[in-house]
Amino acid sequence: MDIYTRRKAINIFNLTIAAITTLFGLFFLSWLLWVLFQQGFSNLDWSLFTLDTPGPGDEAGGLRNAIVGSLLLTVVGVMIGAPVGVLAGTYLAEFGRYAWISHPVRFINDVLLSAPSIVIGVFVYEVMVIPMGNFSGWSGAVALSIIVIPVVVRTTEDMMRLVPDSMREAAAALGAPQWKVVTCVVLKAALSGVMTGILLAIARIAGETAPLLFTALNNQFFTMNMDEPMGNLPVMIFNFAMGPYENWHDLAWAGSLLITLAVLTLNILTRFFLRTKK
Amino acid sequence: MMNTVTGNTGVPVPNRIAGSLGDRLFHGVAWMAAVGVLLVLGAIIVMLTIGASPAFEKFGFFNFLSTAEWNPVTEMFGGLSPLVGTLVSSAIAILIGLPVSFGIALFITEMAPPWLKRPVGTAIELLAAIPSIIYGMWGLFIFAPFFADHIQPLLTDTLGELPLIGALFQDPPLGISVFTAGIILAIMIIPFIASVMRDVFETVPAELRESAYGVGSTTWEVVWNVVLPMTKVGAMGGVMLGLGRALGETMAVTFVIGNAHKLHLGLFEPGNSIASTIANEFTEADGEVYTASLIALGLILFIITFIVLGLAKIMLLRMAARQEGRPA
Repeated sequence: MDIYTRRKAINIFNLTIAAITTLFGLFFLSWLLWVLFQQGFSNLDWSLFTLDTPGPGDEAGGLRNAIVGSLLLTVVGVMIGAPVGVLAGTYLAEFGRYAWISHPVRFINDVLLSAPSIVIGVFVYEVMVIPMGNFSGWSGAVALSIIVIPVVVRTTEDMMRLVPDSMREAAAALGAPQWKVVTCVVLKAALSGVMTGILLAIARIAGETAPLLFTALNNQFFTMNMDEPMGNLPVMIFNFAMGPYENWHDLAWAGSLLITLAVLTLNILTRFFLRTKK
Repeated sequence: MMNTVTGNTGVPVPNRIAGSLGDRLFHGVAWMAAVGVLLVLGAIIVMLTIGASPAFEKFGFFNFLSTAEWNPVTEMFGGLSPLVGTLVSSAIAILIGLPVSFGIALFITEMAPPWLKRPVGTAIELLAAIPSIIYGMWGLFIFAPFFADHIQPLLTDTLGELPLIGALFQDPPLGISVFTAGIILAIMIIPFIASVMRDVFETVPAELRESAYGVGSTTWEVVWNVVLPMTKVGAMGGVMLGLGRALGETMAVTFVIGNAHKLHLGLFEPGNSIASTIANEFTEADGEVYTASLIALGLILFIITFIVLGLAKIMLLRMAARQEGRPA
C-alpha cells in the first residue's frame, strides 16, 4: 500500500469512527427519551394531579403533593437565588469589571457552577436543618438557591457585557448617574439574556435531587407550609423507584416524564429567546 | 474600593454623580452580592470542616482515607472504599467519554454539512439537560438489565480472557456495578466535553485549516496535526470539566453502583462512591461519629472536585488568553 492510499484509508477509518460516536450519543438520547415517553405517557393520568402520593401498599395515588412541593421549592429557590445572582452579575459586568475582587469571584463562581450538589445539601443541612431542628421546605429552597446563583451570575455578566459601551457612554453623556445607566439602559438591553439565565437556572434545579435529600426531605402528605418537610418530585422519584411496589415505579416514571418535559420546554424556550436576540 | 467610581470604559464619571446616593447604594448592594458568592464557598468549606472534625479527630485524616472498614455498629469508619469507587467510576467515564466526545466534536466541526451542525449540537446538549435522576431510573430499570444480559457476558468472554486486566471483568453479570455507573457517567459527561471541544475547535482560524488542506492534508490530518495541537489546552479543560461533573454526580450513580461498602478488584462487583454513600446513609446516620464521617467524605469530595474544576477553569482561561493574544 503506498503512502497515499494509507493516508486516505486512515482518514476514512477515523472519520467513520467519528460519525459512529455521534450516532452513539444520539442513540442514547433517543433510547432514554423513548423509554421515558413510553413509560411516562402510559402512566399519565388526571389522578396524578388530584391525588397525593400513596403509602406502602396503597392502591390509588397521584403526585399532587410532590408537584405542588416541587413548584413551591423551585419558585422560592429562584426568588432567593435570582436577585442575588443578577446583582452579583451586575457588579462583575458594570461596577467592578476591573476590580481586583472580581477575579476571584468569577473563578469561584465558575467552580461553584459545577460543584457537587450533594455537598450543598450537606452544607444546608448543617446551617439550617440542625439549628431549626427539623427538615423543612425553607432549607430545601435555600439549597436550590445556592445552585441558582452561579448560573444566573454567569449569564447576567455575559449578557450585560454584550451591550455595547457606546450605549453606556451615551446615557452617561446625558447626565444619567451610573445606577440609572445600569438599570434603565444596560439591564433593559440585556433583559432577555438575563431572563434566559434565570430560565436555565430553573431548568437546572427542576430535577435536582441530591440537595433536597436532607433538606426538604419528602412528605407523603400535601402541605404548603415551608416550615415542614415538603414532598417534591425528584426525591419522590428516588424513593419510589427504589421501592418495592409496582404502582410506585409507575408513579416514578410519570414524575420523571413531567420533570423532563418541563426541563426540555425550558431549554427550548431559552434557545428561542437567545436566537431572537441574535 | 467602593468610593472609586469610574465609568465602565475607564472614563472618570463627574464627582457630583459619584457622590449621589443612588450610585453608592446600588454599587454597595451589587458588591455585597458578588462578595456573597465568595462567602458561600468559604462557608461551605468551614462548615464541612467543622462537621467533619469529630471523624478526623477520632480516626486521623490519612488513616480515614486509607481504611476500608465501614461499620456503623462498632463506629469504625474509613473512606477508602467510596473514594476508590468515585475515582474508578469517574476514570471509566473519562476513558469512554473522552474518545466519544472527541468524535462528536470532530463530526460537528469538520464533517457535518452546515444544515446538520445545529440539530446534532442541540441534540447532544439536550443530553446534558436531562436531570440526573432520570439517568438513574433509566439505568436501574432499563440499562442495567440489558447490560447484564448482553454486554457483560461479551466483555467477560473477550476482555476477561486477557492477562492482567482480565481479572477486572470476570465477576458474574449483575448489571449493578461500578462499571455500569462508569458507563452512565460517561453518557452524562459526553455533552459537556463535546460542547467545549466543539467550541475550541471552532476557534481555529479558517486560514490555517485551508492552508493545511491546500498542501494536500486529509481531514483527519488537519484535525490531528493542526486543530488539536492548537486547542490542546482548551480541550483538556473540557475533559477536566467533565471529570469534575463525574466525580460529584450523585443520583445516577446511586441507582446503579450497588451501594456495597467493599473494595473489589472486579469492576463488575457492586461498589459505592462518595456521593452515593452520603445520599444513602446521611438521613439514617445516628451518632456523631457516623454523621461526621459522612460529612468528612463530603469535604474530601468537595476538595477533589474543587481542584479538578479549578484546573479546568485555568486551562480554559489560558486557551482564551491565547485566543485574544493572536492577531486576527
